[in-house]
Amino acid sequence: MTQAQRRWIFLVAGTGLAAFYLWGLSGLPGFGNYPGPYGPAILQVAVAQTHATGVVSAVNFLYRGFDTVGEEFILFTAASGVSVVLRHLRGERDRSAVDEAADRDVPPTSSAVRMVALVFAGPAIVVGWWLASHAQTNPSGGFQGGVVLASGFVLVYLAGEFLVFERFSPVDLLDVVEGVGAGGFAATGLTAVFLSMPFLANWLDLGQYPGAVSSSGTIALISFFVGLEVAAAFILIVGELLEQTLLIRQGES
Amino acid sequence: MTELAGVHTPYTVPVVMMDVLQITVLVLVAAGATAVVLVRRPVRQVVVLSVYGVLLAVLFLVFQAPDVTLSALTIGAVALPIVLLLTLAKVRKPEE
Amino acid sequence: MAVFPFVVVAWILGIGLYGIVTSRHLVHQIVCLTVVQSSTYVLLLGVGYVTGAVAPYYYDVPDHTPAVDPVVQALALTDVVVEAAVTALLLSFAVQAHKRFGTLDPHELASMKG
Repeated sequence: MTQAQRRWIFLVAGTGLAAFYLWGLSGLPGFGNYPGPYGPAILQVAVAQTHATGVVSAVNFLYRGFDTVGEEFILFTAASGVSVVLRHLRGERDRSAVDEAADRDVPPTSSAVRMVALVFAGPAIVVGWWLASHAQTNPSGGFQGGVVLASGFVLVYLAGEFLVFERFSPVDLLDVVEGVGAGGFAATGLTAVFLSMPFLANWLDLGQYPGAVSSSGTIALISFFVGLEVAAAFILIVGELLEQTLLIRQGES
Repeated sequence: MTELAGVHTPYTVPVVMMDVLQITVLVLVAAGATAVVLVRRPVRQVVVLSVYGVLLAVLFLVFQAPDVTLSALTIGAVALPIVLLLTLAKVRKPEE
Repeated sequence: MAVFPFVVVAWILGIGLYGIVTSRHLVHQIVCLTVVQSSTYVLLLGVGYVTGAVAPYYYDVPDHTPAVDPVVQALALTDVVVEAAVTALLLSFAVQAHKRFGTLDPHELASMKG
């Protein structure tokens, strides 16, 4: 099948899909007229029931917490999958990390990149930690905070060399942290079951003042665990790819 | 003035202004998506994907979703380009 | 204005699919898949929008101010992060495919033997 034939078949199929889609669009209530009962119902009760002013995080970790457990385990599986797929195959050898001249023409890292990365690595970690622990008050939460934390560690790689990155984020420690994050989330949910409540119900004290950092019970705790897990997963993924790029070479070539 | 009774916060703008903003950013996002697909060389496509990520983040902000904005910004401008560039560095032919 | 965001969603979906179908490089295909995924985020947020409402955060506005739907925002939020990790998994497959077959052209990769 040639490229032109492929394009014609796609055009025909695409037009059919577009026709069906536009037919379905005509039944929607229109942009801005959201009629659904679920959203306004949650907005009415969320702040009073959970003492969390960030309703999206309350939905994420309490009202629809079961969905989030599933998504977090997708993330966990993807990170483990990357580690498995990028394992050492037969016939590959590790070359030492300090030998850089073999078959790569690598220009030295410029001082500007190093300085900027060094300056921003610390603040990135602080901001990531702040985001992960303030899910119940502001637009923040475990998922965003975890990614910002991971990018702080990647800045360490950019500021120095790969060996420094390896020493700051050893694979064993990252595996343990990721396990603690994912397991902590599940354990928080199971604790509710042991206290004869539904899975992932709120069993911690709600706090006096809606929107304080220590309020909203399990939402803050779960967000912290999710932040740990997301950060560890992304550092693992980047570390695996870096190792592939820099260290692993074909045995025979 | 807003039509919805009771929405009088210090941050409220007239609905017409919001509409114009949303239409502009939607058109920019559509153009950005077209650009990402039509750029064929992978390394250049990564840069265009970064810009598309920032445009998406602005769109989510204009749709009153600051949480999703943070997510899209960190993922689309930091995590996804890093992972893509590392893969491209790995598969680059050694003669090039 | 009532249907314009959904038309944009259809456009992004269509152009992303076009990129996947006519691509000659595996990493380019994976980036076009990311574009298709982004159309679903725009659709989710477009469905939940309420005209003239504020974001669903009651830190500095009084309680019970009309706000946009928080449920679709929660869905889109976890979606964005998780699908980046799945994209990383796909890219690791591409890396191993390149090692095994020496090429990243989907047309040539399709003819595996034995």
